Amino acid sequence: MSNFLTPFLQAVRRDLLLAARHKTEVITALFFFVIVVNLLPLGIGPDADLLRKIAPGALWIGALLATLLGLQRLFAPDHQDGTLEQMALSPQSFTLLIAGKIMAHWLVSGLPVVLIAPLLGVQFDLPARSLGILTLSLLLGTPILSLIGAVGAALTLGVRGSGVLLSLLILPLYIPALIFGAGAVEADLAGLGFEGHLSLLGALLLASIVFAPWVATVALRVALE
Amino acid sequence: MSASLFNWFKFASPASFFPLAGRLVPWFAAATLVLAAAGLWVGFAVAPTDAQQGEGYRIIFVHVPASWMSMFIYCVMAFWSALGLSFNTRLSGMMTSALAPTGALFAFLSLWTGSLWGKPMWGAWWVWDARLTSQLILFFLYLGFIALQAAIDDPRRADKAGAILALVGVVNVPIIYFSVQWWNTLHQGASVSMTKAPSMAHTMLLGMLLMALAFWAYTITMALIRVRCIILERELTSEWVKKNAME
Repeated sequence: MSNFLTPFLQAVRRDLLLAARHKTEVITALFFFVIVVNLLPLGIGPDADLLRKIAPGALWIGALLATLLGLQRLFAPDHQDGTLEQMALSPQSFTLLIAGKIMAHWLVSGLPVVLIAPLLGVQFDLPARSLGILTLSLLLGTPILSLIGAVGAALTLGVRGSGVLLSLLILPLYIPALIFGAGAVEADLAGLGFEGHLSLLGALLLASIVFAPWVATVALRVALE
Repeated sequence: MSASLFNWFKFASPASFFPLAGRLVPWFAAATLVLAAAGLWVGFAVAPTDAQQGEGYRIIFVHVPASWMSMFIYCVMAFWSALGLSFNTRLSGMMTSALAPTGALFAFLSLWTGSLWGKPMWGAWWVWDARLTSQLILFFLYLGFIALQAAIDDPRRADKAGAILALVGVVNVPIIYFSVQWWNTLHQGASVSMTKAPSMAHTMLLGMLLMALAFWAYTITMALIRVRCIILERELTSEWVKKNAME
């Protein structure tokens, strides 16, 4: 088992090491998330009731945009210096290496968002119970964003204006995660129970784990041809 | 190789498909004109005025077929994409890119006519109904597909990347549709429902079917014309284009 997972763990370790050497990139994405979410009350007004209502959606949309920011750099540097080609040629499973890169992307850009979300939720005056559900929904949902995003990043690799194109391709595909993620908190506030939303989010996560690394690999092989 | 199999693959080559498409175009163009004229005549002259909606309902003769086609064309694109990826045929990718603009056009037409219908009927240009929202997302998927293909210079890579995107999209469309539907019902009961249509007069149904067939013929005509242009663009340097097609 450990043998099978070695390429995956190696890829995770390598990308985390690279991220640790370029700390500003990680911090910029997180800061972007914080500032986008904080701009909303400034645009909408300080009415606490309204803010409590829009908090889940605001945090989720902030998370979507923050994920997009890091996705452009998921494969591009490795493509430029030829590392990606070497990975594709190596005897180890290319899909597992890519899965490792996606995992590292989530650890670097998704997990900090999840960890800081309760703090931002407090700013929106969310009750403690909603904070917990929101954090849980982000914990289940942000890996989906990294996984689906990797497919888009692979398709737009080395393409003109890939940053804008990536958002156009990926954001429509994020809609189910957004609906179930933000919906979980709203359903709980409405007294409807949040378990169904989180179960569906979990189902989306499992499906993405199975298919997204594989589709991203196919798309990368097309890009490397 | 059996004879029937041979025939199928004969037209998978752009060189032999190009003249076939050229011969088919006038027929489908004529069918478009005849069917559209008949459909519009039935829709505007024969079909009775609706008891509840007055004359305003007549937009469905454009709106409903356009919505059908926009969804159907995406499925056809996914079909050609799957074929292109599994058999590595060049023509499949060309067909996919030839269909995309027509699909986007119908998705936009469906949204536009729906909006025109919604203002007098619902009193709003736009409501966040599940159907409207998922149609809008379908329009975005078309735009994403076209933008991706336009951004890639190498046509073979553009075909394959587009094929992967179309397949990812077609898997996601039902998920998006059901999630949007649930999202809407969760917020509030639908204030307007498009599903509780009263039983339709036969002439109305006939007009709608004629228009749907006209849109089919139009789609095929446009796709064939566009695929001929794409073939010429890509095969400009090959012998058969110089010999036959440039006459």
